[in-house]
Amino acid sequence: MNPTWSRFNITSIVLGFAFLYLPIVLLVVFSFNESKLVTVWGGFSTKWYVSLFHNQGLMDATWVTARVAVISATVATVLGTLAALTLTRYTRFKGRTLFSGMVFAPLVMPEVITGLSLLLLFVAVGLDRGFLTVTLAHITLTMCFVAVVVQSRLITFDRSLEEAAMDLGAPPVKTFFQITLPVIMPAIISGWMLAFTLSLDDLVIASFTSGPGATTLPMKIYSQVRLGVTPEINAACTILIAVVAVGVIIASLANKRREVQRQRDEQAAQRG
Amino acid sequence: MSNAAVTAATSSRATAAGKSALARLGEAFVSRLVILIPYLWLVFFFLIPFVIVFKISLSQTAIAIPPYTPVLGFGDGLAGFFAQLNELSIDNYTWLTQDALYVNAYVTSVIVAAISTVLTLLVGYPIAYGMARAPAMLRPTLLMLVILPFWTSFLIRVYAWIGILKPEGLLNQLLLATGIISQPLVILNTYTAIFIGIVYSYLPFMVLPLYSALEKMDYSLIEAAKDLGCPPTSAFWKITFPLSLPGVIAGCLLVFIPAVGEFVIPDLLGGSQTLMIGKTLWNEFFANRDWPVSSAVAVILLLLLIVPIMLFQRAQARAQEQDK
Repeated sequence: MNPTWSRFNITSIVLGFAFLYLPIVLLVVFSFNESKLVTVWGGFSTKWYVSLFHNQGLMDATWVTARVAVISATVATVLGTLAALTLTRYTRFKGRTLFSGMVFAPLVMPEVITGLSLLLLFVAVGLDRGFLTVTLAHITLTMCFVAVVVQSRLITFDRSLEEAAMDLGAPPVKTFFQITLPVIMPAIISGWMLAFTLSLDDLVIASFTSGPGATTLPMKIYSQVRLGVTPEINAACTILIAVVAVGVIIASLANKRREVQRQRDEQAAQRG
Repeated sequence: MSNAAVTAATSSRATAAGKSALARLGEAFVSRLVILIPYLWLVFFFLIPFVIVFKISLSQTAIAIPPYTPVLGFGDGLAGFFAQLNELSIDNYTWLTQDALYVNAYVTSVIVAAISTVLTLLVGYPIAYGMARAPAMLRPTLLMLVILPFWTSFLIRVYAWIGILKPEGLLNQLLLATGIISQPLVILNTYTAIFIGIVYSYLPFMVLPLYSALEKMDYSLIEAAKDLGCPPTSAFWKITFPLSLPGVIAGCLLVFIPAVGEFVIPDLLGGSQTLMIGKTLWNEFFANRDWPVSSAVAVILLLLLIVPIMLFQRAQARAQEQDK
């Protein structure tokens, strides 16, 4: 039984959310500003979006970033899911403490350290810096986030489902693909999306590990921000926010639909 | 039932089902692979790089590509290896301790991160508490709203604050228009701007563990305390806060550790007047192209953070045990 939701509670939530959202809202609003001054309103205009699409450097960087994000998120999801399985299913093997340390440490490790160390590795093995090295770096960082997301789902997973499948003669690999994978799929999808946005977002590690010809969008935005705040950057940021927002909405709708479908199936099964 | 017991039970059942030795061998191979693939990946891309950083921090700067003298290779056989051992030097470390700039940068970073962590806790606690006491129907939406900003770019969220904090920015415009101040406040390019940036960017990391600790709490304890005449404030300090302590610890570590080495926030909001170690390392690497010194900076930063990182890992492992 939950007691009163006091006025103090409501106020702190409203203020907290205002703090979280107001800067983003202002950024979006001022991307439609006619005036070149970012902070003075000069009327509604979409001209910055038009000039954005004529900025070849920015468009190239967007394309590089999108490719890095899709590839690294996909590989990281596979590796992260394997890592999550290892953490939850194999409680005893040599070097397990080291393994869990290597999964959790990158979550909090300052990015300058991760970026520098990966760069020195790539130099040591003689790999030219560019698209490949950024992608490898992003896989390493984001797989740990995927592992944590998937692991939290695996911990609450009802293993009697797997046992039932194996009792009925399904081999473990088949059991995994037919029972375990569908159940943990929502976690895997949100892990992929988290990896995707982290990669889309990363400035520090990309700056260390990328080379000529592989400038990512955050690197481009960063170099422009250093020269001054312009509505064009606001417009670029707004588009990025919109892309992510649409992705999150689609994912949560799909999740809801699956949930409804599952409930319907369960009801049907009970009736049948 | 423990995992080992489950595995034992399932495998004995599988044997009873008449499984061939070959299938069992395949199964062992698959489970070996599940462990080995992510394991080797992390060893190669996470652990070995640190060894290389350490190694290069002991080498000398050279005008070459890459800009350091190679040390400790096995190219010349064992004798060559020992010859190179003599060339290792701790010059870079001596240099770091003698130059006040680096010492200051480390100390300032730790202090700034600690203050920001406390501020984030003070801002985040009421939000998490309010969420945990919200009607159960509203909670998933509130949770979603806390996570959502995390999906938008970190760089963008920091950038948004430049427009707000600038001398001619929105905050000053608002304060001047309402007559609260008569002179624009200088916030951008000060430590205050860094505090605001860190609190803002890391707030979800604080709220989420706090919320999950507070949500699990049994509120009948508070009611019992109230019935026995305990005033709300002391009920909070005697019951609610101690019970939320795991969340407080996890949240503080999640904010403190990355904040110490933060680069984007001090660089964009702190300007050139503020000193933090992440920025120092960046400049050492990108502006001075001194790879050995930046490696030494990274090694010391890592040593500073190793205890908090291990605490974080233990807290994670414990939380995981409890979830089981």
